[in-house]
Amino acid sequence: MHWKRLLTRRWLKIPVFLLCLAPVLLLVWKYFQQSLGANPVEFITHATGDWTLRFLAITLAVSPLRRLLGLPELIRFRRMLGLFAFFYGCLHFTTYLWLDKFFDFGEIAKDVWKRPFITAGFVGFITMAPLALTSTAGWIRRLGGRRWQMLHRLIYLSAIAGVVHYYWLVKSDVRKPLFYGSIVLLLLAERGVGKFAKHRVSLATGHSSVR
Amino acid sequence: MLVRKSPGIRYSEVTSKSAYLNRRRFLATLPLAGAAFFTPRSSAAAKLAAVKGPFSSDEKPTPFQDVASYNNFYEFGTGKDEPSQKAGSLKTSPWSIAVEGAVAKPKVFDLDAVMKMAPLEERIYRHRCVEAWSIVVPWIGFSLSTLIKAVEPTAKAKFVAFQSLYDPKQMPSARYAGIAFPYVEGLRMDEAMHPLALLCFGMYGQVLPNQDGAPVRLVVPWKYGFKSIKSIVKIKFVDKEPPTTWNLANAREYGFYSNVNPTVDHPRWSQASERRLGEFGKRKTLMFNGYGDHVASLYAGMDLRKNY
Repeated sequence: MHWKRLLTRRWLKIPVFLLCLAPVLLLVWKYFQQSLGANPVEFITHATGDWTLRFLAITLAVSPLRRLLGLPELIRFRRMLGLFAFFYGCLHFTTYLWLDKFFDFGEIAKDVWKRPFITAGFVGFITMAPLALTSTAGWIRRLGGRRWQMLHRLIYLSAIAGVVHYYWLVKSDVRKPLFYGSIVLLLLAERGVGKFAKHRVSLATGHSSVR
Repeated sequence: MLVRKSPGIRYSEVTSKSAYLNRRRFLATLPLAGAAFFTPRSSAAAKLAAVKGPFSSDEKPTPFQDVASYNNFYEFGTGKDEPSQKAGSLKTSPWSIAVEGAVAKPKVFDLDAVMKMAPLEERIYRHRCVEAWSIVVPWIGFSLSTLIKAVEPTAKAKFVAFQSLYDPKQMPSARYAGIAFPYVEGLRMDEAMHPLALLCFGMYGQVLPNQDGAPVRLVVPWKYGFKSIKSIVKIKFVDKEPPTTWNLANAREYGFYSNVNPTVDHPRWSQASERRLGEFGKRKTLMFNGYGDHVASLYAGMDLRKNY
């Protein structure tokens, strides 16, 4: 199949990269068009937060999609997608740090300690950092595949914390947090089901590993 | 060096102040022309004349288009930009307000009759939302006390309960809001009688845009914005503290009084500072939103930490 081979093309990473960058470029464009609305800081905060969650979900979707669609080649894009989740998380955190708190670290510490929704967001952000740091081939080698994989399961925590952060933020209309929540739940459940099925088959056949 | 003498400009050539102001007003409406795409019907607002009223702040009013496009009006959706896009479906005429309960003269008023009760005044108030943003708005109306006096409350009237219109047909987004409707609010009698409490029909020289609470709303500038109930259809005088919408939704976060108070944080965010729309930095939030000289005495002896 031709389009499957397309997934292995080196240059394909460039359009994917640009696509991932589009949300922030759109923000910059809107800023210069002065079309960020009456409260630009809030607009930027929400947009970068939304995109962090979206990229976390997209990253989490890579493995299930590989299995379901039979497209193992998708793995090539997972690191980039995960790094973009961290990138938007950084923008989101910076917006809070700078445009909301103006680097008042005392106030920020109080926030993180006292306000559960900030705590959740902070946990989600912090847990992404080691994953971004160890995303290189060198780090996979240094840690060893198994340990690296264990570490990178932290993304489950990031995604859950992100959803909780959103859910605890809204005042009453929980539709959007629930929407992201159910997607993350579905993506995590798929892993559980996959594992369970694998386990059953291995028990039945007596093989330790089933492809 | 040759300096040519100016031929002089005749005074008749000078742009008159009224034309100059008109031009500015015209220019101010231009961004709205583009927004008309998204704001059905609301741009052809009727003018509303008013005399200068008391209590006005000398701060610069927030641009009209910000106040008319950044709204919390959950009956028309929970996004800030939704009410300005969806409130076109609100039918504001005819409109009546039922005033009832512990009063000698209960009556269902036609809106026009209420608006004629007193001269309309323009009052520039600060408006502080519980979400830590604020605006400065030239409202048009008169003291709520005018209406209250007209219906002659009895000794039993200790509180005033207000109710917004709720019509799911005009407000199809309301069912997703996550709060119960109709929206209800309340004030203690002395708060309602305070001259600062404004019964409001307009802003920026015109009738209220639908998304800002047309055709009649309350403005209680020393309290968080959600106390300033919109699109009022009923006012009832009662002897007990009436239920209020946000308090019903989350009593820990939204108290009955909800006076602006920088020292009592919302459980989820600090109330110490606020973002004035249009400004980059943040401002310190003032006790009673800066109206302490007028209203602090209403709460003498009360623990405002408990009665948040």
